[in-house]
Parts: sequence; C-alpha cells; structure tokens
Amino acid sequence: MENNNLNNLPKDLFKPLVRKEDTSETISKPSRTFGQEAKRTFFKNKPALISLMLLVIIIIMSIVGPHMTEYGNDDQNLSRAKLPPHAPVLEKISWLGFDGTLTDDFKGSTVEEAKRKAILRFDKENKGKFIDFKVKSKGNGERNSAKVEATYHVYEAKGMGDQYFWLGTDHLGRDQWTRLWLGTRVSLIIAFVAALLDLLIGVAYGGISGFFGGKVDNYMQRVIEILVGIPNLVIILLMMLFMQPGIMSIVIALAITGWTGMARIVRGEVMKVKNQEFVLAARTLGTSNGSIIRKHLLPNIMGIIIVNTMFSIPSAVFFEAFLSFIGLGIVPPKASLGSLINIGFQNLRIYPHLLVYPAILISLIMITFNILGDGLRDAFDPKMHK
Amino acid sequence: MARYILRRLGYMIVTLFIIATLSFFLMKMLPGSPLNAEDKLSEEQKAIVLEKYGLNDPVPVQYVRYLTGLVQGDLGISFKFDNTPVTQILMDRIGPSALVGFQAMVIGTILGIALGLIAAVFHNGFLDYTSTIIAVLGTSIPSFVFAGLLQYVFAVELGWFPVALWGEPEHTILPTIALAITPLATAARFIRTEMVDVLGSNYMLTAKAKGISQAGRVWKHGFRNALIPLVTVIGPMAVNIMTGSMVIEQIFAIPGIGEQFVSSVLVNDYPTIMGTTLLYAFAFIVIILIVDLLYGLIDPRIRVTGGNK
Repeated sequence: MENNNLNNLPKDLFKPLVRKEDTSETISKPSRTFGQEAKRTFFKNKPALISLMLLVIIIIMSIVGPHMTEYGNDDQNLSRAKLPPHAPVLEKISWLGFDGTLTDDFKGSTVEEAKRKAILRFDKENKGKFIDFKVKSKGNGERNSAKVEATYHVYEAKGMGDQYFWLGTDHLGRDQWTRLWLGTRVSLIIAFVAALLDLLIGVAYGGISGFFGGKVDNYMQRVIEILVGIPNLVIILLMMLFMQPGIMSIVIALAITGWTGMARIVRGEVMKVKNQEFVLAARTLGTSNGSIIRKHLLPNIMGIIIVNTMFSIPSAVFFEAFLSFIGLGIVPPKASLGSLINIGFQNLRIYPHLLVYPAILISLIMITFNILGDGLRDAFDPKMHK
Repeated sequence: MARYILRRLGYMIVTLFIIATLSFFLMKMLPGSPLNAEDKLSEEQKAIVLEKYGLNDPVPVQYVRYLTGLVQGDLGISFKFDNTPVTQILMDRIGPSALVGFQAMVIGTILGIALGLIAAVFHNGFLDYTSTIIAVLGTSIPSFVFAGLLQYVFAVELGWFPVALWGEPEHTILPTIALAITPLATAARFIRTEMVDVLGSNYMLTAKAKGISQAGRVWKHGFRNALIPLVTVIGPMAVNIMTGSMVIEQIFAIPGIGEQFVSSVLVNDYPTIMGTTLLYAFAFIVIILIVDLLYGLIDPRIRVTGGNK
C-alpha cells in the first residue's frame, strides 16, 4: 500500500537542487568584527569577569552602603568609641570576629596578675565583670610565665547589647561601616573624575599633536618632555600644599600630572593611523578634518584609550590614599580610604579592625581594576583573538 | 652619545629650574607668614625677624637670593625644627632613607628576577600562576597597606620585630620588605614576559639542536637577553620606592627624609617642605638620567640621536 503511494507522487512536488560548490570541507570561522572579537576574548577571561562583578558590587555598595545603617558620617559619640565589629547573625560564629568582643593575650607572673592587666586595659569600672578569662598557662611564678586569654564583651559592658555596629566604631565613635563606604565613594569619585580629565586632556593634546604634526607637534612635544621630566609626586605635593585640601584639589592635582602618559600614547597611535590608505581615501573624497578624526581615527585608537584609562584609575586611587595618608588629602570629617587607613594605623595594636577593612577594600579595588585593565588590554589586542 | 648626554643634562637643568621657581612662587603665594603663630611678638620684634630672614626685600630680590643659595646647596632655614638649616636636616636624614631604599631595591630586583625566571621556565604551570598572582598582588596592593599587614603579623602578633624602632640592622627588615614588594612584582612581571618571548625565539631552538642543556640555554642565551630591557623599568621602580618611602618611614618611625617630609607637612614648615620636595625632584631626575644613559650604553640601538653611528 505505502509503496504504491510513494510511487504515485505527482512530479511537480519535486524541485531540482541547484548545484553549488562543495563548501562542506572548507576551513573557516564565522567572520566577526573587531568589536565582537574583543567582546568574545574579554568574556572568556574569567579573572577579568570576576573582577568586573566585584567592582560593580563595590560601586553599588559605595552608593547604598552608607544608607544601610542608621548612623551618619559624622555622628560622633565618645561613649561608644572604638567598639569592635558586632553584626547580627554573624555574631554567633565567634571566629569571624563580628561578636562584639575584644580578645587579647595577657602575661604575668601569676594568673591573677595577668587577669589584673587585662582588667586594667579593658574595663576598670566594672572590675572584670564582662571579661571572660581562659587560662592558657598557669605559670610558675617567674615573670610573664602565666598567660591568659581575655575576651571582653564590650557591648554588654556598655549596656548596648542590642546595638549593632557592623564593622565597629572609630576613635570618635562614628560607625565604621558608614564611613568605610562613604570613604570608598569619595575615593572612587576622585579616581573616576581624575581619570576622565586625564582622558579628555590627554586625547585632545595627543590628538592635536599627532594629527597636525610638523611644527605644532614639535613644540607640543618639547612641552611634554619637560613636564614628564618633573616627577608627578613633586607636582602633586606642591599643588596640594598650595590649594585648599579637599576633593577638588586632589582631582586637579592628579589631572595636572596624569594626562601626559595618555597624550603620548594617543599621539603615537594617531601618527600611526593617519597615514594609512583609508584616511587618504577619506581625505580624497573631501571629508573634513573633524569627520576624519571622529569617524576614522578615534574608533581605531579607542581600544588603547580605554585600556589606558582603566590603568589610570587604580593609580589615582593609590595617589588619593597616599595623600590622605600623609595628611595632605581629604579633610575630616570627610573620609576616604586613605584617611581611614591612617586612623587604622594609629590604632593598629589594640583595634586592628579599624585598619583591616579599609585595607582590604582598597587592595580589592586596586587588584580588580588592574586585572580588568589586563583583561581589556588582551581583548583589544588582535594577537590574543582566537 | 656626547650630544645626547648634553641634551639630557640641559633638560635636567631646565626641569630643576622650573621646579625651583614653581616652588618658590607657590611658597610666596601661600596664605600667612611664618610669624602668624607668634602673636606675642611686638611690631618691632616682628620687623627684626622679618629683616633677619630677608623677608622684607622685594620678591625678585628674594627670588635671586633663593636661586643663588640653591646653587650653593643652601635650602633656607627651617621655621619649626630648631631653626636648623634645611640642608643640615636633610643631610642628617639621608642615611636611613638611602639604606632602606637601597636594600629594598636590591632585594626586590633580585627576588623579582628569580620569580620571573621561574615563571617563564615553567610557563603555564603551577609555579607560573603562583608567581603571576604574587606579581598582580604586588603591583596592586599599596605599599602602606602591605606595611600594615607586616607590622600586624610580625610585630604585633608574633613579636619577632619591634613595631617601629630604628637603630639596629634588624629594624630595617620589615620596612625593606614592605618597600621591596612593588619592585619585586614589577621585575617579576617584566622578566617573565621577556623570557617567554626569548625562550620562544629561533636561536633558542638552534641552541637546543646543538645539544645545550636546558639550564645552559635559559641562563646563557635566554636570561642575558631578557635582562637588558629590565634596565628601563629600574628608573620607575626607584621612583616608586621613593614615593613609598614617605609612608613607610612614617609607619616604621625611620628617621629619614620621607618621615621628615610628613612631619613638616603637619606643622606647615614651608622651607623644609620645599627643600625636601627639591631633593626628591633632584633624586628622581638624576636616577632617570642615569638609567637612560646606562640603557644607551648597554643597547646601542637605543641611542636616539644619530650623532655617532
């Protein structure tokens, strides 16, 4: 039955197959534009992707973080100064260090003496009521032979057991969590604005110098040569001394010194591209200088500009922290990562938590930006495209 | 070569002159005078003090006097630190800074080269990734954060070293490590890239075909060629160490130039600040000049000016 049916198919259902050249064995890959290749290379780069995600989280936290607590940037209260970190839920896990206690080892010739030292350091008024002792070695009467570990429950001692300062408080009783994220915000703003200014000045200067060439280029390069000769640090320090300290002056000082690197790179690239045939073709067709720069030169040097900007951000973060650390940067009560680290150093021995979190955060920012920059450089490098 | 050196020296003098001029006029434009804090002085006393330091003269006269003094190595007199000449203060403090800086430079470079070599030889292996991670951390983490970590672990927790003390050779250990981490990472990264390039080149294949052992190839043919470009990053590395030394000296209480600078900033002692800035500028410029000249000597292709080909 079925056979019969198949044999009786009308002829007009059949169409002849157009003969094509056999392409099944040609080796080729889908053609992608440079941008698509760059995107592919970048998204294959795991460390760079993780860095990007971390950075986005840090940036979001720097925006919402300060509003997650009820405390403001400058809510001073000396009665709650230098509290250790105390966070809900996390306080149950003692080794994380969020249980609101201070722990240290004390030595003495007897256990009693060691305990006395602990009480003297932590809490004289309550006579050790809120201190848990764990005797580590009983001692034999010799000097410093006995050792006790004292855990001081600060929040209970101050009757603030129901209050939570997630990262503790600083020497003036200000909430460290709020200040940490506000500081991050300030540091990031400075870095981004400085990098943006670098970008604008550097691209304009380098572009003009490279595009027009000749005498213009010659003079502009002499100026740069002298500027590059002056160490960045020296100019930044002089500017900071001269201007009122603050966010604006840091940005200006960083921008004044930062653009030369960008200008040199852009000039080199422009000079490389501007003599190529497609620019000549555009010129022959009567394209104006402005269009050539916008349509032909800029897209070709975009990659290198982006990469260079990515690297100038962490260096701006570093310089801001450096300046705030040596006391030339942010003015209190404003915080930045550098000034927080400075405060942390002053309290390093007994309250290391004041140093730890800003230090981790600034390291994280620097590392992620550097890895991200590396990833972008690879992405824009045709040699890395597979 | 001689023309090149002369040109570079010319640039150096111009740069120093600009910095000196800039710092002088910035200092003049700064609000306040050194006497503001001493309100107890009578008008006559103030006049006497101003006369004594030549602050009553017209600005151009002061400027010329300042430049003449500068050429003779006179950086003025400190307002705050017992009226000592700034040159004297800086001379007393140059020793510790130079010691720690030099140690950090040498240790950082040598360890960095070793790390980079290992990474290149075991390219894409476990050791390569480890050293790459160390290099990324080293270039990213600011030296003062690293110093804090060292101080907390080795001085506060373990108690192996004093937290901040100066005098004995072992007191230089922690600051040296803190300063050395950046040059270490830079050198490691640089040597790795260069070595991977060199090891993949054709003459290395020839050497292998001739039957030279791997150690011999890496050492004699690879390493020497990879080492030359390292000279280019030594300049920036030295600059980095000097920048870092400001905070490191502050953290470890080293009586050096950087520590002096930070304490001068805190008390607004302008002559000392300016003197230190100039010293830094001078050191930066001289180091970069030396490195550039050295590079020209090592690699004849670099000599930019075609004076003597």
